Amino acid sequence: MTNSTLEIGSTAEKRRRISFGVALVVTGLAIYLLFAVNTQPGALTTFGLNLLGSRAVEVSDLVVPALPAIYLLAAVAVFSGAYQMARGVRSTGWLVGILAFTFVTAFLLWGARDKSFNLTGMLSSSLVRATPIALAALCGVISERAAVINIGVEGIMLIAAQVAVVTATVSGSLYVGLLCAILIGGLIAAFHAFIVIRFRVDQVVSGVAINIFGTGVTSYISSRFMQAAGDKLNNSGTFPIIAIPGLSKIPVLGPVLFENNLIVYLTILLVIVMHILLYYTPWGLRTRAVGEHPKAADTLGVNVYLMRYVNVIIGGMIAGIGGAYFTIGSVGRFDEIMTAGKGFIGLAAMIFGNWNPIGAYTSSLIFGFADSLQVKLQILRVPIPSEFLLMAPYIVTMIILTGVVGRAVPPAADGQHYEK
Amino acid sequence: MTNVLELRGITKRFPGVLANDKVDISLREGKILALLGENGAGKSTLMNILYGLYKPDEGQIFVREKEVNIEGPNDAIAQGIGMVHQHFMLVPVMTVTENVMLGIEPVKNGFFLDRETVSKRIKEISDQYGLEVDPHAYIKDLPVGIQQRVEIIKVLYRAADILILDEPTAVLTPQEVEGLFKIIKTLIAAGKSIIFITHKLKEVLAIADDITVLRLGTVVGSIKPEDATSEALASMMVGRDVNLTVEKTPAKPAETVLEVEDLYVRNERQHLTVQGVSFNVRKGEVLGVAGVQGNGQTELVYALTGLLPFESGAIRLLDESIHRAAPRDILERGVAHIPEDRQRHGLILSFPIHDNLMLCTYYKRPFAKGISLQPQPIFNNAEELVKEFDVRTPSVYVNAGTLSGGNQQKVIVAREFSRPIELLIASQPTRGLDVGSIEYIHQQIVKKRDAGTGVLLVSSELDEILALSDRIAVMYKGKIMDILDADKTSKEQLGLLMAGVHPAEASKN
Amino acid sequence: MSNTTALETKEKKRSALRSELLVPALAVLSGLILGAIVILVSGENPLLAYGALFKGSFGNPLDLIGGLQTYFSTGETRALLRAIYPFTESLVTATPYIFAGLSVALGFRCGLFNIGAEGQFFIGALCSAFVGYSIQGLPMIVHLPLAILAGALGGALWGMVPGYLKARFGAHEVVNTIMMNWIAFRLSDWLLNGPMKSSGFRPVTPNVLATAELPRIFPDPLRFNLGFFIALLAAYAVYWFLFKTTLGFEIRSVGANPDAARYAGMSVIRNFVLVMALAGGLAGMAGTAQVLGVDHWVGQGFSAGYGFDAIALALLGKSHPFGVVLSALLFGFLRSGATNMQSMARIPIDIISIIQGMVIIFIAAPDIIRWLYRMREVKKEETVLTRGWGS
Repeated sequence: MTNSTLEIGSTAEKRRRISFGVALVVTGLAIYLLFAVNTQPGALTTFGLNLLGSRAVEVSDLVVPALPAIYLLAAVAVFSGAYQMARGVRSTGWLVGILAFTFVTAFLLWGARDKSFNLTGMLSSSLVRATPIALAALCGVISERAAVINIGVEGIMLIAAQVAVVTATVSGSLYVGLLCAILIGGLIAAFHAFIVIRFRVDQVVSGVAINIFGTGVTSYISSRFMQAAGDKLNNSGTFPIIAIPGLSKIPVLGPVLFENNLIVYLTILLVIVMHILLYYTPWGLRTRAVGEHPKAADTLGVNVYLMRYVNVIIGGMIAGIGGAYFTIGSVGRFDEIMTAGKGFIGLAAMIFGNWNPIGAYTSSLIFGFADSLQVKLQILRVPIPSEFLLMAPYIVTMIILTGVVGRAVPPAADGQHYEK
Repeated sequence: MTNVLELRGITKRFPGVLANDKVDISLREGKILALLGENGAGKSTLMNILYGLYKPDEGQIFVREKEVNIEGPNDAIAQGIGMVHQHFMLVPVMTVTENVMLGIEPVKNGFFLDRETVSKRIKEISDQYGLEVDPHAYIKDLPVGIQQRVEIIKVLYRAADILILDEPTAVLTPQEVEGLFKIIKTLIAAGKSIIFITHKLKEVLAIADDITVLRLGTVVGSIKPEDATSEALASMMVGRDVNLTVEKTPAKPAETVLEVEDLYVRNERQHLTVQGVSFNVRKGEVLGVAGVQGNGQTELVYALTGLLPFESGAIRLLDESIHRAAPRDILERGVAHIPEDRQRHGLILSFPIHDNLMLCTYYKRPFAKGISLQPQPIFNNAEELVKEFDVRTPSVYVNAGTLSGGNQQKVIVAREFSRPIELLIASQPTRGLDVGSIEYIHQQIVKKRDAGTGVLLVSSELDEILALSDRIAVMYKGKIMDILDADKTSKEQLGLLMAGVHPAEASKN
Repeated sequence: MSNTTALETKEKKRSALRSELLVPALAVLSGLILGAIVILVSGENPLLAYGALFKGSFGNPLDLIGGLQTYFSTGETRALLRAIYPFTESLVTATPYIFAGLSVALGFRCGLFNIGAEGQFFIGALCSAFVGYSIQGLPMIVHLPLAILAGALGGALWGMVPGYLKARFGAHEVVNTIMMNWIAFRLSDWLLNGPMKSSGFRPVTPNVLATAELPRIFPDPLRFNLGFFIALLAAYAVYWFLFKTTLGFEIRSVGANPDAARYAGMSVIRNFVLVMALAGGLAGMAGTAQVLGVDHWVGQGFSAGYGFDAIALALLGKSHPFGVVLSALLFGFLRSGATNMQSMARIPIDIISIIQGMVIIFIAAPDIIRWLYRMREVKKEETVLTRGWGS
């Protein structure tokens, strides 16, 4: 980019700067009108920092005078909006962060005024709820980095969820269940890769077919066999919570990060491993090259098809873990269509996370937060119908996909067949 | 002297096409073999076979007089064969180092990429051959000439001693071509052997030790440069005598049809690629826009045709501003556009020819009454145009995608010329076409000019610009360096301008 | 053009048509065979199961003969009606399929993948039901068209949102239409438990008034109604619109090559929004046909699976309106028959989804079919259905 690009700001950029400023100011006003006006001057909001039954050292709860805090947040939003309109900040991440933080915090202060709201509990449940989304997103990242779109994650997770619970129940071992879920995930992904690469089927169509097939086959097995058999097939129990010695004693952080079950830990581990693999190993370099410019990789002797097969299959195995989470990782039994669109939300998290593992995990956490917020708010009896709160993750997904929050660039060859 | 490489009786068939028919070529050690031929003569197919990207149906390959079996790029690399592709095989979002190491990555600690070792080696190669490449730069930030050097480094890093350069000069300025020739000579001095693929006669005469000419998949002859002339090579290449110049009378320019003033345009990635361009086009003249590809010509044309909005400045068509005008608006004011990428913009390949021939006027009489399409007039129009513009096709019902490149371009020309136009914008109108089609399209453009249409011709082929233009504007890094009268301009002058140097300054230094 | 080439073209067209029909037919056959294998693995007899399926979809031929005999000898229609009941039920099932299949097919023609037919269907049904029960005192000639229109508009609105997001921001319609589905489900949960709840216990809407019902052709219990004919009419309208009008030409151009469409002066953005609105409207009409013609009320889970079925239909029908009608009829027979199979042979109706998934893959990959049945390869332009994430 030359200097002159910076000198003359594009009209699009100007419009973007102004609209972000306006959005922040409007948020500030909304905080005032929606929350400040309805809050009595003396109201206190209590944020609980201890989780019942956790090993963490107890600390005293955070008690905040609601009204002054709301005013402060409104002021922060308006001020940063004004600053943005006047000067312009380049990082949209910060702007969106401020916008979301001020609004959500003010909302919580208002929603939980005169009541107690367990912050640690919500963060902990955010992490847990982010787990299947993150696993779906990681499946997407690893496949799409090699330029294969796998929109069938939803179907793979559904099937893997069922396989996990059935095999775990029958064998009596949760580990067998997890292993079988991973295997079936890899198997379906291998099928996807096969028809997409060998038979050049449109990648999205194949994914949709897998979803339809997944819904059909799981419902079929559920109503043909599992319902009649009852607990004999569909009651596995779940992975126990493992508290990491020492670390789990840290207040707030301990219960959130270090008192989880195997699958949650596995997810965090996968994020780190995948990041290292993608950016610091030959395999990662080849994967990225195959996703960006397969022909270039091919002319250097990299086997494009093999890379794609391997990546898609590993992706499917990760989705398999995601499926296992739904049953043996959380409730211990299978219900029809229990994935409820989490696979697709995972794909949105992948896009928002710019096709890299850490980004994908971070955005999954945001979705997890939205999801658990909705549950907590029902408990707080916020006067909004719960159905509308349940829509939140879907609406957030749509907003993120507009790219207003920052446009992501997919791998250049994403979704394209490769022919020699 | 030994033959370091020999191909014997190579035959390759594609469905419906015999791409190579019993081709024999040989490369002497330490020499440059020029492989000359038109687009579609089978040069690239042959080299892809040599590099293991295609499998030949028949024939043998000998490297250092030993028969070898090349199944894939890895085999070719193992035999010391390296290829610099016409369309660079570089991943834009990766660094030079990453691109070079891809496929044969050294690791440290048994697991992690060893970027440092590779960078060091690149630096060494770069110094040894005078390539001046920064190993840590991202490809997308490098100019085309440097990207080509990265390609050469990739080959040298793999210790190749037989280099295939596929149309290496297509994207370079005349000065960059000089630089490339210097590099080639250094390589030869270091004992490498080179196959140089091109369709440009003068380059062949300038650099080759041996010349082999291909036509329609067969070798028509081998010749030494000292025994050859441009004319002789051209007729070998095309199979008949070719008229290398375009017959035309002096232009009779009339009133201005297009006026561009201080235009700034951003491309889709928000880079300011046209920076303050001003010029005008008059009726009855051809204004050629010369320049190496990627200096803002594409975006200029997109802005003129409404495909990209422009940032600031003014475009006036017949004295009316077209700020924020939609493509259709501009079409309706009498602008015809032969697009740079004919398969992306110019045609709908999966539609029949008759639909492609009314693509811009489908909503008008006689093709439509109200919203209802009229099949008979659509068919008649297609029949007439196919005859008039000599489009070779079994019928107007076949899909445009089944036609050859030349015939596809004729469909576009037929469509654009079939409506009343004031201004013709032709962007790379003959890229990738055979000589016959090039001659035909050039004649059509001159005919349009003589009929009083203003023509804006954008081309990175200097010969084409010189053959057709009445005035020549040279673009460099989004700016117009100068606008010159065609009959008072030399190729060297244009070459310097294309490289961003004013001839006056050059002579001062 | 000389006569011989004209004839050749015709001959080619005919053989092309044959191969166009052959692949879908073989795809369905392969799907059924795989279904049979699943049934076999479940420990049931596939022949018995498919026999029950056939009886459930077409009726028992013996009953029909008997019914006709009774009718001609006594003028008594009851036996005859009972005999044609399964067949008419299949047509009733096919009706919403035709609409929903057209919806997805129209999207495909413009390069858009509408997975949101499900949500649009639900919203359409709710809108029609609302107009159907809440407005009183209108004559049928006004009330019925009004209720149909409401459904179409509701669906159109639901489809337009992802269309607009795609056109304006390049947001991928596949994910967005799915999100709109989930939003539609949550919205309906709220509506059915609140504002639109009937007086009873269950979360369902009140019955639509008789003036808003699609008239039935035969006496009860045959539910065959006017909706079927409206669906056929819609298929013809979509055909005419796509292939005989300038607007359809634009849509097909945008679908085949958006860059060339822009070059030719067409507005890609406008076409995306228009097509998604029309597709949403058609899917909404599917809901309308179901609520006004068959159920007369809307409850939870009303739209079960129509959206995904519609994708299979559009693919099977090669995104051609007439092809969609044929495949909708096929699916109508399968679904309707599967209900019978479920009760007779204890094979869950979800078997149909399994078959559908396989059919989609076979249709999307004709090479698999050619490979399985050792057919000659036909070289032709492939239609691109989707384009990555569109950014």
